Formats: sequence, structure tokens, C-alpha cells
Amino acid sequence: MSLFAEYAICFLLLLGGAFTLIGAIGLARLPDFFTRLHGPTKATTLGVGAIMLSSVIYFTSQGESIGISEILITVFLFMTAPVSANILAKAAMHIGVKTTENTEGQPWEQ
Amino acid sequence: MLDRLSFPQPWLSLILFITWQLLSEGISGGSLVMGIVLAWAIPQITHGFWPERPAFISPWRMPAYLLRVLMDIVVASFHVARLILSPRKPRPVFVCYPLELEHPLAISILASTISLTPGTVSADISDDQKLLLVHALDAESDQEVIDAIRTRYEKPLLEMFQ
Repeated sequence: MSLFAEYAICFLLLLGGAFTLIGAIGLARLPDFFTRLHGPTKATTLGVGAIMLSSVIYFTSQGESIGISEILITVFLFMTAPVSANILAKAAMHIGVKTTENTEGQPWEQ
Repeated sequence: MLDRLSFPQPWLSLILFITWQLLSEGISGGSLVMGIVLAWAIPQITHGFWPERPAFISPWRMPAYLLRVLMDIVVASFHVARLILSPRKPRPVFVCYPLELEHPLAISILASTISLTPGTVSADISDDQKLLLVHALDAESDQEVIDAIRTRYEKPLLEMFQ
């Protein structure tokens, strides 16, 4: 494996790990349900994307095969993450979860 | 009977078939047969969920749009990360976004884009499909969020679909 590939893999793994960690911190720190919803759909998206990309580079540089399945995993994740976020938000609105005081605007009645 | 054996959405079937070939370990007789079975069965089962034919006017604009969304995900992820780590409290806003798009598929693409780009989640759509309820994590005002979505995402989608 070339030195450049090693550096790229290290960088992407660290970036992915950092973003996943920040997403988890956000889950703990943000004030209410709707703001916490942003953690798992967002920072984690880039986190998983970076880790998948490093996996693609690793297996390609090993000369086994091009990591098409990793790319497909990323695509599926990007397609399903918004749907789950949407369903979570709808469920929260349905049971009337409280928002923090400084939220502007209101979720409408269902 | 013949209706049951047809492929109601040829493009969806083709995408499913190719995806299955990529997922299986090398193309073999078995994967080809399974691919054809899936390409036939999945559109048949999900037929009721597709409201009407998607009317793509200019599909060649799609790659540019996807690239822009991908860039925005990367850039905005850093914004959200900084916001989470900074001691400042976020200013969450619920925004009613007035939709200009009319096609259901276009609206769902827009809603998914809003959810994927950090800082905004699309929460609900009104019954008449005219308003989209968007929750923004940190925004100065309603208008800022609306303008950003309008110029960055809805305009290109409008060109694609209408």
C-alpha cells in the first residue's frame, strides 16, 4: 500500500470518528427533542461517509476489488436517514413533545 | 394476467437489477435470475405507493444537483459540529416553507435534501401539499431559512421537474 493511501485512510478514519463523536455529544448537549434530531441525521452522515470512503480506498489499494458495496451502503444510508428523521419528527409532533423556550414558531397541530 | 407479468416501471426495474448485480459476489447465473425476479417483484409490490409517473423534464441536471447537495453536507456538517461544541445556545426555529414544487416526487426529493443537509430537518407536509414544516437548528430568522432553501435547492428542482 502506498504511503499516500495510508495517510488518506488515516485522515478519513479520524475525520469519521470525530464527526460520529460530535454527533453523540450533540445528542447529550442539545436542549430538546427537535434539536437532538439533528445529531444522528447530520454529523453522523458525514462520519459514516468518511469511514466508508476510507474502506473503499483500503480495499482498492489492496487490489482485491473496487469497493462497490461500500458505496452502495453509503447511498442507502443517505436515502434512508431523511426518512427516519422525518418519521421521528412526525411522531414527536403527534404526541406533542415540548420544545425549548427560545424556539421561534410552533409545530402545527396534527 | 399479462399485466401482472409486465414491468410497470422499467427504470426502477433496471436500477434494481443493476444494484443486485453489484451487491452479489460477481455476476453468475444465479445472480442474474435473482436480479430479474427482484426487478419484477419489487415494482409490483410497491406499485400502490407510486402516485403517478415521475415527470422528469431534464434529468441531466441531476448529477450537478447531487454534487451541490454533497458539498453542502460536508460544509454544513462543520457548521453543526462547531455549534455543538461551542458554549452558545442554538436558536431553533420552526419554519413554514411555502412550496412552489407540485410534483409529489419532486417534493419528496426536496424534503429529503432538507433533512440531509445539516441544520434543517423537514418535519411534516400540510394536507394540501402547499406548506412544508421545517425545523432549523440555528437560524437568525424564518426568512433566512426560506431564502436559502429556495435558491439552493428548489430552483434547480423546479427546472428539473416543471
